[in-house]
Amino acid sequence: MTGTMDETAIRTEQVSRSYQMGDALVRAVDDVSIAIRSKEFVALLGSSGSGKSTLLNLMAGLDRPSSGAIFAHGRNLAEMSSEDLAQHRSHTIGMVFQAFNLLPRMTLEENVELPLRLAEVERADRAGRVREAVERVRLAARLTHRPSELSGGEQQRAALARALVNRPTILLADEPTGNLDSATGDAILHLLQEINESLGMTIVMVTHDRDRAAKFAHRIVTMADGKLISDGAQS
Amino acid sequence: MKARDLTELAGRNLREALLRNSLTTLGIAVGVASLVAMLSLGVGLQQLASKRLSRSGLFDAVFVSSRANRGFGRPTRPDPATATPAKVLDPEARRKIAGLPDVVEVYPEIRFPTEIQFEGKPYPTAVAGIPSSAKTDGAFEGMKGVFFSGLDVDEAILQIEFAKDLSTQPDSLIGKELKLRYAERQPLPPEPSAAKGKPNPNGSSPQAEERDLSPGFSIVPREKTFRIVGIVETEPATGFGGFGRGRLLIPLQVAETLRIAQANDLREILRGTASKPSYDSLTVRVKGPSQVKSVEDAIQAMGFTTFSLLDATKSLRQVFAVFDLLLGIFGSLALAVASLGIINTLVMAILERRREIGILKALGAADRDIRRLFFAEAGVMGLVGGILGVALGWLIGSALTFGTNVYLRRQELPPIDLSSIPWWMVAGAIGFSIAVSLAAGIYPASRAAKLNPVEALRYE
Repeated sequence: MTGTMDETAIRTEQVSRSYQMGDALVRAVDDVSIAIRSKEFVALLGSSGSGKSTLLNLMAGLDRPSSGAIFAHGRNLAEMSSEDLAQHRSHTIGMVFQAFNLLPRMTLEENVELPLRLAEVERADRAGRVREAVERVRLAARLTHRPSELSGGEQQRAALARALVNRPTILLADEPTGNLDSATGDAILHLLQEINESLGMTIVMVTHDRDRAAKFAHRIVTMADGKLISDGAQS
Repeated sequence: MKARDLTELAGRNLREALLRNSLTTLGIAVGVASLVAMLSLGVGLQQLASKRLSRSGLFDAVFVSSRANRGFGRPTRPDPATATPAKVLDPEARRKIAGLPDVVEVYPEIRFPTEIQFEGKPYPTAVAGIPSSAKTDGAFEGMKGVFFSGLDVDEAILQIEFAKDLSTQPDSLIGKELKLRYAERQPLPPEPSAAKGKPNPNGSSPQAEERDLSPGFSIVPREKTFRIVGIVETEPATGFGGFGRGRLLIPLQVAETLRIAQANDLREILRGTASKPSYDSLTVRVKGPSQVKSVEDAIQAMGFTTFSLLDATKSLRQVFAVFDLLLGIFGSLALAVASLGIINTLVMAILERRREIGILKALGAADRDIRRLFFAEAGVMGLVGGILGVALGWLIGSALTFGTNVYLRRQELPPIDLSSIPWWMVAGAIGFSIAVSLAAGIYPASRAAKLNPVEALRYE
């Protein structure tokens, strides 16, 4: 992981993403410009349909903007080929989802190993990398379990281990506590905070929970109707 | 993604929907099996025909006739360059031909209609002289009794139908004797006084006179006793237009010593060559079909007309190539149907694994990785289906051969290898199966690769 707090990890410049729905043009993200510094823990706050997940997907390189530019460590994602975007997702970004998105037929170990396979990491290095990631989320004892044999919190921690295993610089979390009870959700957020502090990883977390955002994030960016309506640092 | 990881993931995915993928693979296997069974039948029949034909001796033989005769039903041109009389196919010519490189054996065709006496009754029949090399021919395989014990023995082999004419229990004929009655050609002594004293009213040349005065021959009835040593099921087809129609077979060397009056004897009297022994035609057996051309050329250079069946084998190969092609097309139809099964299975897999594809893309999989993953799954189904199909095709071919041989045995005919699966067919069928499967995977794979990851992740 590289970068200092002064460096910009992600910068969006007048980014818009619109969809055609029947005759209507829906602007999911509307002219958003934002800069996220390295090692920053940013909460993207907003109600349902505010465009925060769409903005997160644009930052991840899973989607392309209709207009504007998105820079990740200085490289414009909007101009990248789909192959380069896949590389960006593989090496720069780690993603965590509300629904965990673990592959049900694979064990925890195999799920965590999957990004290493995609990134063509040597087999000899994989076991160590998997163990390191799993130990960080304190799931080493459940390596051979399938997702269905894990609790919701454990599944989300497994997803977090999978997001960390390729040692990305940016972690994007889309409602990571959305499917969890309050205590488990807090545990996950503590884990994110710990990762942010110990590894210096930039974290952008989408949430609609203002209190938790205020408790764990350095900065809260609020969106409504696809627009950025507030951007403030936490004390 | 590396090939090993890709294969592992593909294998895991295939094991997940085991029943559906197994059924699809079975569909491919049935398609490949039908292709293999059809082609193996084609190749088997081709090999059977080639084996029979090559053992018949037709394809390593050159048939020689004098240009003086009309060769094998085709008109032969006189030699306009020299305007000399055409060369006679006599023992001297036979010796010269036998001395050519790659020539194994030179023998005349001796076949004549005659009559035999058996147990006091006369039977009309056709006699053929059989060269010793015919012993290895397929026709003598599985014969009752034995082949001639030597080159100049007074032994006879009967063709089964003729044996049935002689006795209701043909097997009992072996060891018995029969009397062959034949017409022997005996040259007449020359009559010089008659020739020289005669005036020449037409003013013809002295050479023509000489020919007019050449002695003829007399035909003397003879008898010779032969011991029956064997009975052959099928008629030997050795030799062009040869002794295939012989119903009583005797050693060729013995047949030659009989000096049988032949059909061309009358012609030779008119030509004035009757005093010298000559042959209507000779069969020249060469080491192998590849030497036929050079031997044929050498004999033609000696001034004789030749004929070989090399052209006929080319036509035969063409016929079988078309036959195999047709069988292959019919066999491929089942594989084409099976490929639709692959497309269906993989398209279903895309729908089911939409979310998984989204996850893989979110984790860094490129479109190329997804495409290759689906290709690998199609390829694995093709490989497994191909291997199973070849095994199944072999079973079908074996069952057909078994059934045919049961039928042939009932008809008291020798067994045959109806189907044949050479290595090239095994490799070709598996390769073709993989190729068809990959082709069937093109559409599903590219559709999966193009999936929008955001939409795929949203899919429940």
